[in-house]
Amino acid sequence: MTFYVKRILLTVPTLLGISIITFVLLQALPGDPVQGLAGDRADPAVLERIRQDMGTDRPVVLQYAGYLMMLMRGELGRSLYTNNSVRGDIAQKLPNTILLAAAAMLFSTIMGILLGIFMAVNRGTFWDRLALMLSTGGISLPVFWLGLLLIYLFAFRLQLLPPAGMGSGPGALAFLVLPASTLGLSSAAALARITRTSMLEVLSQPYITTARAKGLSAPVVVFKHAFKNTLIPVVTLIGLDFGSYLNGSILTETIFGWDGIGRYAVEGIFQRDYPVIMGCVLTGALLFVLVNLAVDLLYGLLDPRIGCAAAEPH
Amino acid sequence: MKAGLLFIRRNPAMCAATTVITLLIATALFAPLIAPFDPLVIDLGVVKQAPGSGHLFGTDTLGRDIFSRVVYGARTSLLIGLSATVLSVLIGLLAGMLAGYAGGAADMCITMVTDLFLAFPSLLLAIAISVLLPPGLFSVTLALCLVGWASFARLFRAITISLKERSFVEAARAMGCSHLRIMARHLLPHCLPIVMIAATIKVGGFILAESALSFLGLGIQPPEPTWGAMISLHRSYLPSAGWMVLFPGIAIALTVFAFNILGDCLRDKLDPDLRV
Repeated sequence: MTFYVKRILLTVPTLLGISIITFVLLQALPGDPVQGLAGDRADPAVLERIRQDMGTDRPVVLQYAGYLMMLMRGELGRSLYTNNSVRGDIAQKLPNTILLAAAAMLFSTIMGILLGIFMAVNRGTFWDRLALMLSTGGISLPVFWLGLLLIYLFAFRLQLLPPAGMGSGPGALAFLVLPASTLGLSSAAALARITRTSMLEVLSQPYITTARAKGLSAPVVVFKHAFKNTLIPVVTLIGLDFGSYLNGSILTETIFGWDGIGRYAVEGIFQRDYPVIMGCVLTGALLFVLVNLAVDLLYGLLDPRIGCAAAEPH
Repeated sequence: MKAGLLFIRRNPAMCAATTVITLLIATALFAPLIAPFDPLVIDLGVVKQAPGSGHLFGTDTLGRDIFSRVVYGARTSLLIGLSATVLSVLIGLLAGMLAGYAGGAADMCITMVTDLFLAFPSLLLAIAISVLLPPGLFSVTLALCLVGWASFARLFRAITISLKERSFVEAARAMGCSHLRIMARHLLPHCLPIVMIAATIKVGGFILAESALSFLGLGIQPPEPTWGAMISLHRSYLPSAGWMVLFPGIAIALTVFAFNILGDCLRDKLDPDLRV
């Protein structure tokens, strides 16, 4: 139990640190940070209120405290261009990003695990080496370039799938296929490699030899006996890889015109819309921390032995 | 000679990767000699020409030679990828080894900062930093460094902790070696193989990140040719004039692939325990 409490408490300094870093970044912004946070067209009364809240005339430490209070209230400022509340925009776009990330995760998990098992079972053969090369290739491709090529191939040449956009109703799934596979590909490659290693390790255990000696068929040994024990490092990687989905979604959403926070962040970058950029960075970091927390807690549940070992600071 | 041939036969992948990387570095160094055209010169008479004898990789919408631009792009990518790696290894070395060796409060503070930097999705943090700085070589390298050093610090710390109670360190201490000498002469050599593997793979990662920043317009600014920006600029021409997007992309993928393969091979050779 103490492991869980400790792990949850550990997120507090991380979250504080994230707020410090974004605070420093905000201080470094060109121009007046208050104006930056509120927007050029902000009501002077609002400006005054934020100024009082943040107290830009006060010492930096007090300013930071004010900033922290704002964040605790979920206040992220307003877009310099649309004057929309950044919090509102993010709340509206976040589900789209999560949908895309979940689809990509599904794709990469299925592809990665299957490929990894395939490689482990065919260890040392030509096919193993080919698949290893391909998975290294998958990690090496720039996401945005891959996305463009897939659009060209499947939307322009073969005309199978829509090139971009989100769609709605029953046809919406077709819009998800290309961005999700683009986003999931490099994770699938990474996952395939870790599955291969983990599976090879499990397959060399004595209990697998026993299962084989009993005359069980290869698929039963692999999927029933070995698979479960292969899963622990695989599950960890799936969770830890969440950061790469957040990174990738910035590029993937831009290419595919997907209305999520990744594209929102990029629009913010192009317009130098600082509150939007900082809002996205904060949201991304917060999501990342929460997912890591969830993975660690889940990890403890999956393998009771971890509870003691992982309680040590890693 | 014979040993060399044997090495090639045993490690074809490693040789191929090393060759590609050597060629890329040579390309970057001797770009003015290799590129047949000035990468910046606009020639509206040869706009959007398909790859052929005159222009090996074709020309872009302004009539600039794509091959020359790809060659010069190698300069930017490799310079940023390599210098960001060296710098983040150095920062990681200082922070990680100090934390691991000193332990106690210093360790706690450094680990906290390290974990903090690892708590951001890397590209997002790099974007946030690049947005604030005037775009250019320096800001991209700095952004990548700030994002990349933490994983090296964690690595150095872990290795240092695993080594510092070993008897050879104790022996060195008993002989009166200073802490600095123990770290530099006794611990560092043990870290190097693993760090070399991690660094090689990181070069590829940094080059990918640089291309992503350029793609988003946060890298080296036009008209300087970078692979990422070339793809971004011409992406709408993919159906009609695909070579403008295809060649810079191949350049990125090939470079990153070579570094990743080299990293994997080094791992197999230097550290069998970590074999994937």
